[in-house]
Amino acid sequence: MKQRLDQTTIALRIAKEFKDGDVVNLGYGLPTLAGMFIPEDVRVIFHSENGILGYGAPLSADERDQWDPCLINASAQFVTRLPGMSVFNCSEAFGMIRGGHLGIAVLGGLQVSEKGDLANWIMPGRAGGMGGAMDLAACGSKLIVGMEHTTKDGGMRILKQCNYPLTAPECVSLVCTDLAVIEVTKEGLLLKEVAPGWTADEIQAVTEPKLIVSKDLKEIEL
Amino acid sequence: MAKNKIYPSFKEAVADIPGGATVITGGWGAPGDLPDNLTVALRDHGAKNLTIICVTPGTPQRMADAWGKKTEHITPNILIANKQVKKVICSISFPTTDFEKAMLAGEIEVEWSPQGTLAERIRAGGAGIGGFYTRTGAGTIVAEGKEKKIIDGKEYIFELPLKADYALIRAYKADKLGNLIYRGMQRGFNSVEAPAARITIAEVDDIVEVGELDPDIIVTPELFVDRIVKIPTEGDK
Repeated sequence: MKQRLDQTTIALRIAKEFKDGDVVNLGYGLPTLAGMFIPEDVRVIFHSENGILGYGAPLSADERDQWDPCLINASAQFVTRLPGMSVFNCSEAFGMIRGGHLGIAVLGGLQVSEKGDLANWIMPGRAGGMGGAMDLAACGSKLIVGMEHTTKDGGMRILKQCNYPLTAPECVSLVCTDLAVIEVTKEGLLLKEVAPGWTADEIQAVTEPKLIVSKDLKEIEL
Repeated sequence: MAKNKIYPSFKEAVADIPGGATVITGGWGAPGDLPDNLTVALRDHGAKNLTIICVTPGTPQRMADAWGKKTEHITPNILIANKQVKKVICSISFPTTDFEKAMLAGEIEVEWSPQGTLAERIRAGGAGIGGFYTRTGAGTIVAEGKEKKIIDGKEYIFELPLKADYALIRAYKADKLGNLIYRGMQRGFNSVEAPAARITIAEVDDIVEVGELDPDIIVTPELFVDRIVKIPTEGDK
């Protein structure tokens, strides 16, 4: 049985997209892990919609003495106060998002469509709220979705059309899954990288829309 | 002489909130940015049929546990558990809360707003803006029933402002006139909410003399703040 990447490895692959000086917002769950893999010579400026820019690494339970009850990220983790960090109100925080001032937003996903529609906030028939996901998805910045390629029982998540309620239409730039890296292009979904040991045909078999296979198709590099 | 805005207790600060009022309960939801004491006082006060505007009406206990909170994380959830709420306007909820149970049982009406839209609706309410067009929610169920407009080739939806009778907020320090400063994330939603209510009540760590807060760092000017209550610390009488 060929291996699928674990969540941490998907996060590691996502982190490769961050370039020096990028302003990045990490969504709840898997995306938050991507913040752990920033090379020392790269400065990524983390933005959180609760009103902080330039915060540092999450603090563990062992670092409890540094926890500040007024300083958590949007994934509810206590974070480090870095020199140069700033705080601001949430109207401004979301203004930064909607105004296109972020470089990259990373969100988790339930479904992604051929056109780059994203559904990530709720299952059909359930009640709940969307938090900041719709604002982030609609902001027009580069949007990376990190998710598992299929559901637990093998159902497809990358579809011709999402059948879960949308977070935003035509918003996804890149999908990083446990099996593949796929770019959303005007021509369709471009398969760029596959997990070690997987072939393009095998990825296509668990992906509903027809994939365009990149001429430079390669194994996922970390 | 300046009007005395300092209230001796949380109980007295919320005593005139009538049944049926619309109340903003402030903050984003960090361990230190919610008006815990005013929310408890409103529960004890008991006013019913409230409409609550907040980011999240309830946080699961496991989150408070992860934060090392020794006590219950106080949110509007306690007002819902006490059957005081008829409607909630909010952005996110979590399973296992009384809010979730009441919502699923149809005991409360819920209006969902994307978080940035919620912040901007509250800002608009305080700033006399009659609404705004935003990209957020276009092409989703949030857009249902809302006016749509193509601006610069893209679809926007129209969102209405939010205003409240009362706002309960958390700040770091007040001076005796009601000028406020915040710590960290306390600023996030509380400072947006302060202007959006007819009566804004702030709970603060400390109340200092007029002139002690540098005008350059005051975030919420006194005209937005009607009542202030100091959070008691050990040794206070």
